[in-house]
Amino acid sequence: MKRYVMTIDLRRCVGCQTCTAACKSANATPSGIQWRRVLDLETGEFPDVRRTFLPVACMHCGDPPCESVCPTKATTKRADGLVAIDYELCIGCANCVMACPYDARSIVHEQHFAYGESQMTSEAKRFDPGRIGVSMKCTFCKDRIDEAAATGRTPGVDPEVTPACVNSCISGAMGFGDINDPQSNVSQLLAQTQHFRMHEELGTEPGVYYIWNQS
Amino acid sequence: MKKPVLGASTLAAPKPQKNWDWRAASNFIAGGAGGALLFFASIGGFEPAPTRMAILLALILIGCGLTCVWFEIGRPLRAMNVYRHIATSWMTREAFVALAVFATGGLAWLLLQPLLAWLAGAAGLAFLYSQARILAANKGIPAWRHPRSVPLMVATGLAEGAGFLSGVAFLSGATIGFWQAAVLLALIAIRALIWNGYLAGLTVEGAPESALRVLNGIASRLTLFGHVLPGFAVLAALAGMPGRGALMFAAGSMVVASGWFLKYTLVRRAAFTQGLAVVRIPVRGGGPAGPAVKPGWKPVPGAKAG
Repeated sequence: MKRYVMTIDLRRCVGCQTCTAACKSANATPSGIQWRRVLDLETGEFPDVRRTFLPVACMHCGDPPCESVCPTKATTKRADGLVAIDYELCIGCANCVMACPYDARSIVHEQHFAYGESQMTSEAKRFDPGRIGVSMKCTFCKDRIDEAAATGRTPGVDPEVTPACVNSCISGAMGFGDINDPQSNVSQLLAQTQHFRMHEELGTEPGVYYIWNQS
Repeated sequence: MKKPVLGASTLAAPKPQKNWDWRAASNFIAGGAGGALLFFASIGGFEPAPTRMAILLALILIGCGLTCVWFEIGRPLRAMNVYRHIATSWMTREAFVALAVFATGGLAWLLLQPLLAWLAGAAGLAFLYSQARILAANKGIPAWRHPRSVPLMVATGLAEGAGFLSGVAFLSGATIGFWQAAVLLALIAIRALIWNGYLAGLTVEGAPESALRVLNGIASRLTLFGHVLPGFAVLAALAGMPGRGALMFAAGSMVVASGWFLKYTLVRRAAFTQGLAVVRIPVRGGGPAGPAVKPGWKPVPGAKAG
């Protein structure tokens, strides 16, 4: 059985936010909502100061707390590891938002525009009323993953079936693939590197691996 | 010159949750008290009139809480979808239990039949427990997911229910017996113990500093107005001081008000998110890796670079 995961090499990320923009463009998220963000962390004490760019989004957990609390079964964990939301079932109760320890989910209760009252042409064209009042988050570009299943192409290798953020990454920091396939790009990369998953102690089995050093 | 941490992005630090406002808090505040009141009304042994009044008040409290939640959800017209996930969702279970509460509670109010009243009482308890589990299931909010939040929510709900019953008894002119007063006193003591245990557990096991600051900030007021003063009032009533009913009414009112204050604080003000963390700062260039970073939490013990 496949389990799609993402790898993010923190050594390579330069904080350019191209993945953020690519996600916004690919998914037409509402104004003020970013399914993917890159945080700029400055830590340490002078003179030993560090700067880390930390891309974050839905972790597509193996044991997603958002799924178990959802009263409507709108949130489901798919057989390929993706955590999906059915906007037609969701009632917008926000229980999943509270359950997610990664701040990955958001609910927009009314339409807002990027520039005040006036709606841009692109906003008007891509506005989806079905996403108002319901929970939403990164989908790992699930339409592309579904297309891969239908066409036999490989997510993480073939760009047409790879998440937009991974395709856009200018430094090659992001990878995507099936961790249950030992020959996949992500399995091989993880075998060669030291990595962690965020808040692993909470038992969520997140599907995003952050690489911080060579093995 | 050494400088402190250079202010890691506030985006990564725990933030107050903004999705459950006063309407969601009202469900926990009124619903929990109502469920426990239903339970105590069923076993209180009062005359028919105060029992009826207590059952009605319990149903009104639960109904108001659920109505508030209904006004909060993003798609209220789809509210019936809440019944789709009984296998794991405590919100679904709460919704099913609410049906039982209104069915049995309504019939008990109409017929005052003991078996129906007991069933309603059991449903009220189940409703209270479901609400406690809804909060605890939220892994994104450290102050809620702590295992001691469940006994805390149940204990304060029970104390509030007993407090309400004292008020109903006083207002309806019913006599408050020794056991009714003793139960309220015991519940005050239990809530005090559990509250202190919860706060200690949260401090030891870790929570966002902002959440701990809020909870520690209410500790003295909760102790004085929620435990010490009502405890003395009940003790005075038990000792036979004149105006027993009024003393119990005052104690009950303080227990209810302090419990609601506690729940509002927990649901709204202390509900900081987990925030984000980096387990190891990555190697960049020739230097070593850095220690863990968890903005908004106390420094990770023993964290070292390298």
